[in-house]
Amino acid sequence: MVITRYHPVHALLYLAVSFFASSMVFLSLGAPFVAALEIIVYAGAIIVLFIFVVMMLNLGNETARQEREWLKPKVWVMPAVLVLLLLIEMIILLFSNDTEPMQIAVVEPRKLALSLYGEYIIAVELTGFLLMAGIVGAAHIGKHKKEELHRFLQNGQGDQQKTKRTRKTKAITNEQTALHE
Amino acid sequence: MNSAQMVLLVATVLFTLGLVGVLTRKNVIFMLISVEIMLNAAGMAFVAAGSKWQQPDGQVMFLFILAMAAAEVSVGLALVLQIYHQHKTMDVDRLKELRD
Repeated sequence: MVITRYHPVHALLYLAVSFFASSMVFLSLGAPFVAALEIIVYAGAIIVLFIFVVMMLNLGNETARQEREWLKPKVWVMPAVLVLLLLIEMIILLFSNDTEPMQIAVVEPRKLALSLYGEYIIAVELTGFLLMAGIVGAAHIGKHKKEELHRFLQNGQGDQQKTKRTRKTKAITNEQTALHE
Repeated sequence: MNSAQMVLLVATVLFTLGLVGVLTRKNVIFMLISVEIMLNAAGMAFVAAGSKWQQPDGQVMFLFILAMAAAEVSVGLALVLQIYHQHKTMDVDRLKELRD
């Protein structure tokens, strides 16, 4: 349902439902910590980030109409058929060898934390680097560059530019709050 | 048919849906959403494998995938904002300054 919607907000709501469902799958697999993290991080943070961007870009019914024009059957049939072939191949691979039935064992968060900060400590630090680089990169990319005008061109455009600049700073603060979420 | 195979099947179907979304949509935001679905499917496969072998390593890998997805989506959405401010469009077919 997510990939067929025309309206961005509808797709995001279906995405949230999909995250809740996979969180339930994790819970039934015996991974309660991961299930909680799925809801908190995916449905809590990433969806909110998407919704912020959808609100900032003011996507609405016009985008839905445009999407309806773009999503013709002759556009999506060929990739869908190819990917369906891949899916069938993968399913055959999955079910070609029968294995022993598994027993569900709950991996409690204590064991997970011991493993995370024991043998994977370097990977945790590298993940910290990655997140830091992501934040800095997003803040740098999202920052609008000041338009450098030649001094001959600056006459008569001062007022226009001033209003534009205040709007841009507002956009930057919006995005920083979104990042903190 | 046991449980691990079922979860792997669900993960495969989710990954396929995300791949179809990436291949067919032209809007950048929908493509980012589909990439999120694919990352979620990969994490689900990791958790299923870790639950099958009863080791916490699969969940550790899921945590790393989670952090990577968060960083990726923040940078990607910043790029989307910048693209929209410069081109006033979301169509990936019209962003072809780098062609030739």
